[in-house]
Amino acid sequence: MRLFKNLVVAALLLPAIALAQTPIKVGIANDLSGPFAALGAEARDGFNLAIKQLGNKLGGQPAEFIQTDMGGNPDQARQLVTRYIQRDKIDFFTGPIGSNVALAVGPALFAAKVPYLSNNPGPSQFAGAQCNDYWFGVSYQNDAFHEAAGKVAADRGFKKMVILAPDYPAGKDALNGFKRGYKLAPNQEVYTKLGQIDYAAELAQIRDAKPDAIYIFLPGGMGINFVKQFVSAGLNKSVKLVGPGFSADEDVIQAVGEPLIGMFNTAQWAHDLDNAQNKKFVEAFRKEYNNRYPAVYAAQAYDTIMAIDAAVKATGGKVADREAVIAALKKADFSSVRGPFKYGVNNFPIQPLYVRVVEKGADGRITNKLVGKVFDSYQDVYVGECKK
Amino acid sequence: MSGTLIAEQLLNGLQFGLMLFLIAAGLTLVFGILDILNVAHGSLYMAGAYVAAQTMQVTGSFVAAVLMAAVITGLVGLVLELLLVRKLVVRDHLAQVLGTFAVILIANDVVKMIWGPAPIMMNMPSSLAGPVSLLPDFLYPAYRLLIIAVGLAVALGLYLFVTRTRAGVLVRAGASNRQMATLMGVRVPVLFMGVFVLGAVLAALAGALLGPITAIQAGMGEQILILVLVCIVIGGIGSMRGAFVGALLVGFVDTAGRAFLPTLLKLFFSPAVASSVGPTLAAISIYILMAVVLVFRPAGLFPARG
Repeated sequence: MRLFKNLVVAALLLPAIALAQTPIKVGIANDLSGPFAALGAEARDGFNLAIKQLGNKLGGQPAEFIQTDMGGNPDQARQLVTRYIQRDKIDFFTGPIGSNVALAVGPALFAAKVPYLSNNPGPSQFAGAQCNDYWFGVSYQNDAFHEAAGKVAADRGFKKMVILAPDYPAGKDALNGFKRGYKLAPNQEVYTKLGQIDYAAELAQIRDAKPDAIYIFLPGGMGINFVKQFVSAGLNKSVKLVGPGFSADEDVIQAVGEPLIGMFNTAQWAHDLDNAQNKKFVEAFRKEYNNRYPAVYAAQAYDTIMAIDAAVKATGGKVADREAVIAALKKADFSSVRGPFKYGVNNFPIQPLYVRVVEKGADGRITNKLVGKVFDSYQDVYVGECKK
Repeated sequence: MSGTLIAEQLLNGLQFGLMLFLIAAGLTLVFGILDILNVAHGSLYMAGAYVAAQTMQVTGSFVAAVLMAAVITGLVGLVLELLLVRKLVVRDHLAQVLGTFAVILIANDVVKMIWGPAPIMMNMPSSLAGPVSLLPDFLYPAYRLLIIAVGLAVALGLYLFVTRTRAGVLVRAGASNRQMATLMGVRVPVLFMGVFVLGAVLAALAGALLGPITAIQAGMGEQILILVLVCIVIGGIGSMRGAFVGALLVGFVDTAGRAFLPTLLKLFFSPAVASSVGPTLAAISIYILMAVVLVFRPAGLFPARG
């Protein structure tokens, strides 16, 4: 009798289950441990704020956000993505901080027709020969900040420049990007060891060269080491410091403090960028996370979720129609915290870039201040190689 | 290249060498006496830096920061000795490396749990924040002079401790023949505990001193530990004098490589070749040094035993 009752209940419920839609699934491969842990934590906070504001929905439809830590490890990320595609059957992918991870997981996602919205890395390969309809570089192309910094140096009349980066592929790309924007030949090009701790030898060379400014691309701890030592050598009095946005963002400011004051840095976004969506975002972020200001990684992650939300809305929730989804994503029809932007043929943004400078505010807080626009609409140089 | 630049680079080499010596001293002391390769020495260095930074943020006093780092890290070292190292001493080197490697993994995550994944701030004492003029037109960062002074003081202090004090005699006796020392009435467990804590305090001192000029973040210990291992392998593992000479050699060779090699190569090769080969060659210069030393002196320059 009980069996019969259960069967009846089950029979009554079945149509209801069939009616309830399977949620839209977003796979988020976070960097919560490993080399980019600090940046990954910032991105996670951006994702979570957007998810919370959307009430766990995308385009008004129930959604599921599967967040997993892959520790900045390309192999681990590749396994995770296979699981996301085959077991979880995700509809969208985002999360990694490093270009090496993006390059490792991209092909599998493209083959499975899962749109990959990049919340940070914009490797040149995906902008050029390996461009793909299922890739969206929501944030920037990797060269953008460096090229903008080169233009800043040229515009400000820094005639004698020393440029410095670690001796590895991304370091060389960064300095080449800078030179493309700077247009003149820098006075001196210095390559240092990856993970270098002591910069005394390089600082002595800089003192001897007496440049107007120095451009550094030193991600993570290296940049912190360098800036602290640069200031203790007293070089900040005669030499201006220029870097890409990530070298002087909120996370770095919290770790370095005073010595960063006066550093010029470039990005597609700033926390004091004047637009309604950004004001709303910064305010909500500070309320959610202990009055902390967001760094660029949080802003990009927030934008990524909002971009997905808009695309789902535009397709009426029919995410299985991938052609419609990528057509909707391509329109970039959402209010971005950086202001409106368009995608180029290679699905990388054509957008303004800004220069910010680290300052001590009236309240004694050290933070970035937006001081000008470098490019009105910047597009990467690789777009010509993208044939599709 | 002017004379002052060359002088400055030589001073930089000395400074970098002494910076490495501060960490190498504790590592080699522990190895020399306990015969245990404590790869978690870098974690003690990290602990010192974090405690110093935290104290500095709260009190604003650099002296308090260094003292607090030494005390807290010394206590951490004590706990580590009682719980783990004591049991590893009788095991082989592989077990010791694995055991202390586990400590690295745990330490990095504990640090992330307490302070978060982002690097934290440690201000420089304001009196030492800028450069001082050693000669007219020869500026040198005051803080780096402090590192040189402390490095030399630690070297001298350890030398006097090992050669002139009763505790030093016991340490040497324990190192050269543990069994004989025990038979002669040396209380080896207490001696070992003291030495391990001293090693931890030295690591903390290094961490607190380097905090204001480096990034304080989880994993900072392993980065520098590789260089420190090169120093003590060159000098002879377990030998204090070896660590001192090894660290200075590494400091000078590494700095000279970075400072002079690219310029030197430009005299013989095209600028393109020089600028691509120079940094690579400079980066591996200390490993070449290590290889050369090991070919001629397989046990290092000053072997600790035999």
